[in-house]
Amino acid sequence: MDILAPILISIIAASTPLLFAAIGELVVEKSGVLNLGVEGMMLGGAVIAFIISVETGNSALAIVAGAAMGAMMAGLFAVLTLGLLANQVATGLALTLFGIGLSALLGQGYVGTPLTALPKLNIPGLTDIPVLGPVVFGQDVLVYLSFVVTGLVAWFLYRTRAGLVLRSVGENPHAAHAIGFPVIRIRLFAVLFGGAMAGLGGAYLSLSYTPMWAEEMSAGRGWIALALVVFATWRPGRVVLGAYLFGGLTLAQLHLQGMGSSAIPSQFLNMVPYIATIVVLVLISRDATRIRMNAPASIGKVFHPDG
Amino acid sequence: MNSDTPSTVPQDTPPRLRLREITKRFPGCLANDAVSLDLAPGEIHALLGENGAGKSTLVKILYGVQGADSGTIEWEGQKVDIPSPSAARALGIGMVFQHFSLFETLSVADNVALAMQRGTGRDPALLAEIEKLSADYGLALDPTRSVHELSVGERQRVEIVRCLMQNPSLIVMDEPTSVLTPSEVEKLFTVLRRLRDEGRTILYISHKLQEIRDLCDRATILRGGKVVASCDPRQETPNSLAALMIGRAFDGPKAGKPVQVGEGVPLLSVQGLSMEADSPFGTSLKNISFTVRAGEVFGIAGVAGNGQNTLLAALSGERTAPRDDWVKFEGHSIGRVGARGRRDMGISFVPEERLGHGSVPDLPLEDNALLSGWGRWGLIRHGLISRGKSRKKTEDVIEAFNVVSTGTGAAARSLSGGNLQKFIIGREIMQDPKLLIAAQPTWGVDAGSAAAIQSALIDLARAGAGVVVVSQDLDELFTIADRVAVIFDGTLSESRPTHATSAEDVGLLMGGLFEATP
Ligand SMILES: Nc1ncnc2c1ncn2[C@@H]1O[C@H](COP(=O)(O)OP(=O)(O)OP(=O)(O)O)[C@@H](O)[C@H]1O
Ligand SMILES: [Mg+2]
Repeated sequence: MDILAPILISIIAASTPLLFAAIGELVVEKSGVLNLGVEGMMLGGAVIAFIISVETGNSALAIVAGAAMGAMMAGLFAVLTLGLLANQVATGLALTLFGIGLSALLGQGYVGTPLTALPKLNIPGLTDIPVLGPVVFGQDVLVYLSFVVTGLVAWFLYRTRAGLVLRSVGENPHAAHAIGFPVIRIRLFAVLFGGAMAGLGGAYLSLSYTPMWAEEMSAGRGWIALALVVFATWRPGRVVLGAYLFGGLTLAQLHLQGMGSSAIPSQFLNMVPYIATIVVLVLISRDATRIRMNAPASIGKVFHPDG
Repeated sequence: MNSDTPSTVPQDTPPRLRLREITKRFPGCLANDAVSLDLAPGEIHALLGENGAGKSTLVKILYGVQGADSGTIEWEGQKVDIPSPSAARALGIGMVFQHFSLFETLSVADNVALAMQRGTGRDPALLAEIEKLSADYGLALDPTRSVHELSVGERQRVEIVRCLMQNPSLIVMDEPTSVLTPSEVEKLFTVLRRLRDEGRTILYISHKLQEIRDLCDRATILRGGKVVASCDPRQETPNSLAALMIGRAFDGPKAGKPVQVGEGVPLLSVQGLSMEADSPFGTSLKNISFTVRAGEVFGIAGVAGNGQNTLLAALSGERTAPRDDWVKFEGHSIGRVGARGRRDMGISFVPEERLGHGSVPDLPLEDNALLSGWGRWGLIRHGLISRGKSRKKTEDVIEAFNVVSTGTGAAARSLSGGNLQKFIIGREIMQDPKLLIAAQPTWGVDAGSAAAIQSALIDLARAGAGVVVVSQDLDELFTIADRVAVIFDGTLSESRPTHATSAEDVGLLMGGLFEATP
């Protein structure tokens, strides 16, 4: 019993940044845009949140700044791809490289600076319940936020008119334009939201998961988030599942490595979460009609109204 | 060029819509050249012209989808700007597009909700309204179904219902009837006449000249982007209308042809083909049997949604049959051979949906020709594309079939509907197939080109190939087919020679009045 709670807590911690980044990218892709810059935006969010937190000691401000940084970088992507019709794949890759470099530059003076992690919630009575208490009622604010955001996104996409419009834009921008929806503006908002979520994921990394700054500390999570969206067939519920599966497996393989089993080289264990998550998601979403129903048909294609 | 404003416009009421000197240029072509047009309240006005004459471009401008380069628009006497479709809708302009502008993965109700700027398809009030309107107008629809499962005819119904739901005072219809059945067309016309009597204006684009004569009060004719005439279609004949469109006398489709039933080697034989539909709402095939001989045109008539899609997929090889010997070609079992393999044997295929299935919309014509013809034309050597040859072949198709386009580099999407169809048919015919399977070959094609396509199909058959035409246009089938069978609810009737049966009999079969063949 005593070890269960810490394990669950670490799984949640490992999963939260992925969940943020993936749910944001899901909205972006549902609008028909493919932003491969998630990794870069996470790093941007992580470094800015860390700096603000160190300099002001205000973690709320740090979180907002992280999200804002992600949104700003996404804004840059939007100007290039939606405004100037640049290729989305190339621009997204460039954004990731840009984010890696920029965050390393900004964070130079902060490597090794100590920071106290985001405070965990503590509700007397509830948090004291064994196992369940600390797991459910003892997380920091970003963990709750990640679930609230996921729920809101699912509700937004499938229950609201604005969500229906967003999906229609991703499915057939020409038809959406013909009906009179401002395709470019809708995509812009989706891209900015995706950036803010990637920024939050980054902020969680540097403020809570490992409260410190290290170059490229996102360690490929942005890429995994991208893969999650695809293999979860663009469905919020499956994104949560995928993110937590990945988080759980990451933790499991760390423990395996910690136990010092030398039979399997650590590099192989490192691969396990990536491969297993993808295999599981592929297996549960094999249905071709399902994929076709959920995949945004216009993804990655440049849209110009006169075409 | 100036249009002579027709004298039939009542002088006391201002025109509902007045277009003045509208000009629109695309790279390499002048789609609208100083077009002027007046539409009065309470009239059904036909806009006629050959494929590529600029009809769709003009209505897209007045619906705000595309901007004009110059010219003015007046609405109810006021000069207006229509920068976007929502502006057009706010004025009271509704539109049924030529190429479907539906969202395939969404439900019918969602599609309506999006266009109506209100709520989502979950709103029960909206669902009830859709059902009421479609029942009222005899356009059967299930609002909860998802569009990608619907046949072309059903999709067209969705477009029409979606437009009518907005209660517009000017309704623009770009070829709304091309895939409706005769009885559906009759019902639609009743609706349109009712709408006209309510004082609404309808701008109606169609290539079916007989329909224009039955329905429309006035007609404006475009040629090469210019208004060349305007007339009262009720005073004209289909041939005189066609002559106005093409600018010279028109003789109608090639008539009189040898009928060769009962002779010839069996080329394609389908025996007891049964196949599940690939979507829960598609129609499964039940025990279908027929033979096509070399040298004949075999027609398959039927109302859209009766299994044509599944049958076409089974014939083209896009879906392989459960058993190899259910489909035989030149005596060999090919049921389990895929689409590429069948093409290599000399079976060509023209699908119903030209944008997306028959062509890749964003690729140039040259690549679209290459994708289908590389095997038969030998366009690939050692894994490398022979560009010169594929360009040559594309040019040949464009020339032989009179495809109006800016050249081999034009994107398929940029062609007008009828020209793209001519290109796709031409591409397949010029591969010299032993068997050609064509679905709705003249859908949306102008009278002159339709006659050309039909003649080409007949010529292909007379040259010794087999031709299968799946169509709901009975006039077409009776013009070109030697034998015709009817598909209904996944079963195929016995075939009959067209000279020994009548369109009425076939029409009854299309309604399901036959015993399933064993
Ligand atoms: N987006 C575009 N880019 C370039 N050329 C275009 C574009 N849209 C249309 N055109 C060209 O403009 C001309 C008029 O096309 P339009 O679609 O208006 O013809 P149409 O009269 O509607 O023909 P159809 O009866 O075949 O539908 C054609 O030559 C077409 O190739
Ligand atoms: Mg047109």
